[in-house]
Amino acid sequence: MSKTFKIGGIHPHDNKISVNAAIEDFPVMERAFISMSQHLGAPAEPVVVKGDKVKTGQLIAKSSGFISANVHSSVSGTVHSIEMMPDLAGNLAQHIVINVEGDEWMEGIDRSPEIMREIILSSQEIIDRIAQCGVVGLGGAAFPTHIKLSPPPGKKAEFLLVNGAECEPYLTSDYRIMVENSEEILIGVKLMMSALGVKKSYLGIEENKPKAIKRMKEIASKGYPEIKIVSLKKRYPQGGEKQLIDAIVGRQVPSMGLPIDVGVVVQNVGTALAVYEAVQKNKPLFEGVVTVTGKCMPEQRNFRMRVGTTFESMIFAVGGFPKGAEKLVSGGPMMGKAVSRIEAASVKSTSALLLLTEEETKRGEESNCIRCAKCVDACPMGLEPYLLNRLSRANRLEDLEENMVHDCIECGSCLYVCPADIPLLDTIRLSKGKVLKIIRSRPKK
Amino acid sequence: MKKLIVSPAPHLHGNESTKSLMRDVIIALVPSLLVSVYFFGFSAIKLALVGVATAVAVEYVIQRYIVKTKITVNDYSAALTGLLLSLNLPPNSPWWIMFIGSVVAIGIAKMTFGGVGQNLFNPALVGRVFLLVSFPVIMTDYSIPTSWFREGIDAGSGATALSIVKEGLAKGLTMDQIFTDNNFSYAEMLFSKIGGSVGEVSALALILGFVYLLIRKVIRPHIPVAIIGTVLVFSGIFWLINPAIHADPLFNVLTGGILIGSIFMATDYVTSPMSKKGMVIYGIGIGIITMLIRYWGAYPEGISFAILIMNATVPLLNMYFKPAKFGKEVKNG
Repeated sequence: MSKTFKIGGIHPHDNKISVNAAIEDFPVMERAFISMSQHLGAPAEPVVVKGDKVKTGQLIAKSSGFISANVHSSVSGTVHSIEMMPDLAGNLAQHIVINVEGDEWMEGIDRSPEIMREIILSSQEIIDRIAQCGVVGLGGAAFPTHIKLSPPPGKKAEFLLVNGAECEPYLTSDYRIMVENSEEILIGVKLMMSALGVKKSYLGIEENKPKAIKRMKEIASKGYPEIKIVSLKKRYPQGGEKQLIDAIVGRQVPSMGLPIDVGVVVQNVGTALAVYEAVQKNKPLFEGVVTVTGKCMPEQRNFRMRVGTTFESMIFAVGGFPKGAEKLVSGGPMMGKAVSRIEAASVKSTSALLLLTEEETKRGEESNCIRCAKCVDACPMGLEPYLLNRLSRANRLEDLEENMVHDCIECGSCLYVCPADIPLLDTIRLSKGKVLKIIRSRPKK
Repeated sequence: MKKLIVSPAPHLHGNESTKSLMRDVIIALVPSLLVSVYFFGFSAIKLALVGVATAVAVEYVIQRYIVKTKITVNDYSAALTGLLLSLNLPPNSPWWIMFIGSVVAIGIAKMTFGGVGQNLFNPALVGRVFLLVSFPVIMTDYSIPTSWFREGIDAGSGATALSIVKEGLAKGLTMDQIFTDNNFSYAEMLFSKIGGSVGEVSALALILGFVYLLIRKVIRPHIPVAIIGTVLVFSGIFWLINPAIHADPLFNVLTGGILIGSIFMATDYVTSPMSKKGMVIYGIGIGIITMLIRYWGAYPEGISFAILIMNATVPLLNMYFKPAKFGKEVKNG
């Protein structure tokens, strides 16, 4: 029996049209634009200056502060400049721009395809290696992985959950690595289990990916008995951290709490692969699999791509801007960000580039709420989006807090189902920010 | 340079719209409408046409010429109200009754509150109850009209099964006597002519519409199930106490508008609660009030009043019966 979460959820068409495209290496571009803010937390501080020669995989910026991550060069060449540039959403961030010359990798990175199964490092060494290699969560939030693997004192992890749900429509990058790099992922999971000191791990995959489930089960049964492959029903947002925990181990993270509060740490399959490469192959996180897709695109591809590749070059690699494409989304269509400039570059956690036509992405004209309660049924957090929208528009912050607006995970299910095309999440997102600010400014008990 | 659309996520939208939902409810009413045309002929067609046309016209005129706002008649909600009201009238009703009912339903019960989504009470029911109170003779004359393409239907008794039972009991007859005197049978209740409003001739047609609405996920089953369950339990208890003077539970459910009321009236989005808990309580409330009216009130049917009374409690139900929140109870934490 496939498992799933208890509250809400929707069933958008999965549109996994790039599912059969094997991973190909994306050609290295002429110039790489590497952001210092690729992770949640403080931006990394550059340790190179203009004119420096760098190699692929060389540390070019150091983690600054507790929540931050190292950044490595994804190419070899000369540092052209270090400047503030708009990122994909248009926010300014410091970038290191590197003119590419050849592709010379750092010594010590194991580029052989051989699978390194033996774990020789201790927990702390594994965590240190992950931190050095700049690994961040590749499920979306890009939270530095080494911090997630070091629970605060007094909190103990019981299970490691690995997210292979890939519940967002269109995305197939996680699917491809689960099929093509299955054992590496399982070794990565084992490494993280060792780092956390947990005995049991669950890897959840939605049942619309039977090949991945079969392959992972096969390999897990051969040498990884501590990792259980769990089949999940196809339902959005199954890959949401809280929903995944509910689905697999039936525990609900309390409001404003973290997974560790219920004894769980969640990591994505992409992160597991990055951890494997960092620890066993000594390879920092500077490339990842990106799905380039869209119904209007002539071809559907999955590329292994260096960090800092511009969206422009990705589009041109598959034949240029298709006719009718009006929206460029980085990530999935439900939670991904609309890209405002195609000159912006990919980051570590970029999972997809999705092109949508105006027809596909069109929202209808807003009309009166008919109180159909479809948003209430869809909300995976058990909130009442219709009410939060009304309160948000009236800026009634106290009532919003009372109605738990801060629990919203911004999955977009409410807006997706609304028959009256009310921009529910748009208004809720704004008021959620305000309420969170108020909650965080209160003195801690 | 290519200009891109930049807007917040989600970038996809489901296919449902107010229009598609209302259209689905209308489709769900088609079996009942067809059955009513089969039994009542032109009279049923006439009522439906007048009802829909008046409802749409009233909404259009008010939006276009009086409040001068966006015209929303193409969302089918006015048409649905007109159709529902026509199915809730006695088959022999004159056209002008239908006209007045639609004007009241749309003009007073819907538009004065601000149009679709804003009204507190179910417009079709406000229209029906207005007519019932204003024209009690016409609204309780359930004689069957002559049909030009179907001859030979048994002449109707001119009253609904429930009112026959109520009068019979008042005269001191037992249930068995009433059933035998009037040739009541459950097969007839399921398929046809037990006397009632236009749309409830066939329980089967209504249930077919219910199944369609459930499959299309237009409504959830909570409200109808709660109403029917309550009526079954409530009347079941009284029937078990004394079957001679109380109609059995099945009879109570199959007659007097319980099906059309619970499937199509009580589930009206705008005037029913938002949470599942609220829906169940709302349904139980409707069931209890209906039975109170049937057993001790002046009217034999009662569900119209029960729904309107419970409509008034909906804002309160929404306030106190919230959906279950994620993460409130932590297990093993």
